[in-house]
Amino acid sequence: MKPHIRTKTQFDFADIPEATAFEAGYLVSVNSGWRSIRPVIDPARCIGCEQCYLYCPDGVISVQEGKAVIDYDFCKGCGICAKICKAGAIGMEAERK
Amino acid sequence: MANPTAAQISREEFFYGHKACAGCGGSLAVRAALKVLGPQAVSVLPAGCMSAVGFNFPQLCFSNNSIISTFAGTASMLTGVEAGLRAKGYKDFTAVGFAGDGGTADIGIQALSGAIDRNDNIIYICYDNEAYMNTGIQKSGLTPFGARTTTTPAGANIHGNIRPKKNMFEIAAAHDIPYAATASIGYLPDFIRKVEKASQIKGTKYIHVIAPCPTGWGIAPDETVESAKEVVDCGLWYLAEYENGSYTLNRKPKQFTDVAAYLKKQGRFKHLDDADIETIIQSRDKKWQFIEKTFQLP
Amino acid sequence: MSKRFLSGNEAFAEGIRLAKPDVISAYPITPQTIVVERLSEMVEDKSLGAEFIHVESEHSALSCAIGASAAGARAFTATSSQGLLYMAECLYYASGGRFPIVMMNADRSTALPWNIYGDQRDSLSQLDSGWIQVYAENAQEALDLALMSYRIAEDSRVSTPVMVNLDGFVLTHTYETVEIPEQAQADRFLPPYETENRIDFDNPKNMAFSAGPDTNYIFKYKAHEGMLAAKQVIAEAESDFAEIFGRSYSGLLERYRTEDADYILVTLGSIAGLCRETADRLRAEGIKAGVVRLRYIRPFPHAEIADALKHAKAFAVLEKDISFGSEGTVFTNVNSALQRAGLSVRGSNYIGGLGGRNISAGDIAQIFRDLQGDPPHVNFIGIGGDGNG
Repeated sequence: MKPHIRTKTQFDFADIPEATAFEAGYLVSVNSGWRSIRPVIDPARCIGCEQCYLYCPDGVISVQEGKAVIDYDFCKGCGICAKICKAGAIGMEAERK
Repeated sequence: MANPTAAQISREEFFYGHKACAGCGGSLAVRAALKVLGPQAVSVLPAGCMSAVGFNFPQLCFSNNSIISTFAGTASMLTGVEAGLRAKGYKDFTAVGFAGDGGTADIGIQALSGAIDRNDNIIYICYDNEAYMNTGIQKSGLTPFGARTTTTPAGANIHGNIRPKKNMFEIAAAHDIPYAATASIGYLPDFIRKVEKASQIKGTKYIHVIAPCPTGWGIAPDETVESAKEVVDCGLWYLAEYENGSYTLNRKPKQFTDVAAYLKKQGRFKHLDDADIETIIQSRDKKWQFIEKTFQLP
Repeated sequence: MSKRFLSGNEAFAEGIRLAKPDVISAYPITPQTIVVERLSEMVEDKSLGAEFIHVESEHSALSCAIGASAAGARAFTATSSQGLLYMAECLYYASGGRFPIVMMNADRSTALPWNIYGDQRDSLSQLDSGWIQVYAENAQEALDLALMSYRIAEDSRVSTPVMVNLDGFVLTHTYETVEIPEQAQADRFLPPYETENRIDFDNPKNMAFSAGPDTNYIFKYKAHEGMLAAKQVIAEAESDFAEIFGRSYSGLLERYRTEDADYILVTLGSIAGLCRETADRLRAEGIKAGVVRLRYIRPFPHAEIADALKHAKAFAVLEKDISFGSEGTVFTNVNSALQRAGLSVRGSNYIGGLGGRNISAGDIAQIFRDLQGDPPHVNFIGIGGDGNG
């Protein structure tokens, strides 16, 4: 299972493990605040070729029912997807803060 | 529309939610390799970028078993993990290391050489971003000639780094390693194929993947994949394999793209003058003469 | 049970064989070499079913052992002197990660000047590395500690690596008759290693991670607690050991004629025997002499050392160590325990045996005689006081 957000985010003395070993893929914070621009998929143009999925350094793009879908919780807005997209289906838009 | 490379690797994400810089080439290399190796991969990462961005308790970004090693100890910890798991009766697993250029070519080269010498059954992947990025862009043994780093400043007297990259691929091969390869995140299907191939070979495997760092290279976050492709296209890097005692070139550009164009896009090379660029081109051509003489060509 | 004539190194190797480690990684350094040579022979003749890894350095020796321990395997390594210093980074890594590795250290002088002979400046320089440190006096104790140290290290209340120290040459290379237990006895004493601090394919782990200022100190506190818990676990292990093997040990320290002693010499390692003999001789002369041999120096026996020294008129610490610009580290530790206990027993520090220099019975007798007067703070045997108070 891919790393995902958990509800328990604060760790007190009693919760801290004895050793430096803990559940794999335990996330407590998202990365969406990093973005100044965001990729936006145009489903009409997306051909589902999965190049964006393949080249995303954060792995936040999946292709569902033939169209790219972005997990904006973890997208950092790097723009690699927009550059790699041969169909011109991904545009970068300013983040509204 | 099917993507043959995407179809070949796991749909799962094993490296997710990490705090690497936007557009980080190293994180793409780690992500892609783990999607090849799957949940039975045990990753060892030394102190460095990928461990710093991936393992901050309680934010733990690997969904497979993963452990940080000492900076110098990627290969030796891999050896221990592999031997330990084998001793405990496990058979279906892959011990894989992900170390940067400094962790590989500088501080970790002794342990890596030891592991290859013992032919330990591990995959060692060097994600090469050509400087100590995690500590703030200092020169490593894999920083290319001419690059400005925070310890090889570019001024009137010295134009950045005065030494070429150490040739880790051929150093690994010189151990008569079962498998070694070069790769680039700009040619991801090639890298993925090599990781897959390495996973099928017994003994030590070494893969050296160019993974640009937008912060350290002075490029935009969306240019890392492109730069990683360009460095191959202009001939300053090459895609090759070493197996059964011989070298194979995987991609031979018909005509090299413009070296100056590749360099000038990057902040770290902005200061280079024509003579510097000529030096780089000459060293590239010398390398390719060697390749064409020594490697099996595609 | 069989009896054999073995050196300290060989006896230790026999103890490790009985402990059945899964992975052994080691790099050769005099005077540790014999222990790993014997172990490699045991692996070759299949009397020990371990993976023997020929690492290319001490740093890799311990890094490899940490990796093996993270895989849930029982791991062993051995080193000495410069090798211990070279792997120092990994010492902290192993203890912070709570990996119960056992390491034998052949106590040897540290360069410069180069010297291969025994003193304790190597291991004593690493007291803060988070390892349990124990010092053997003879080959039998070395063998027994090889077994006991795994039992202590792997106890879930402790989960801390153990460094067993043998004085270089004096103990590592000196032959004695040693009782070698049966494997069945060893198996009764030492259960297989079970832990959750390991790679687990059903419940994957991220290990050896970073922890920021909010939690980092808690991990450190817990490691400290684990080391302190070793005091109780050592007592339990020694009690079981006595029952199974018929040999008793005295916990963190060993007292000899201290009950009514006016003058007590505190020391550690193989020199203790000569100290006891000298105490006997001086008692015959009318000087009420006693000896404390520190067995464990981490965890440190604060209460026990204070109790042993509380009625003495004066004490001395004899150690093969000096912290330049200060005093011997053992002396610092002993004084701290007395201060904490509110005792003001007069104490002096005797530095001897550096670079393997012989400490004679006469040297030891002289320490007891000095204590009847008011010897300087720090005394180098053969040189005198250091002039610093």
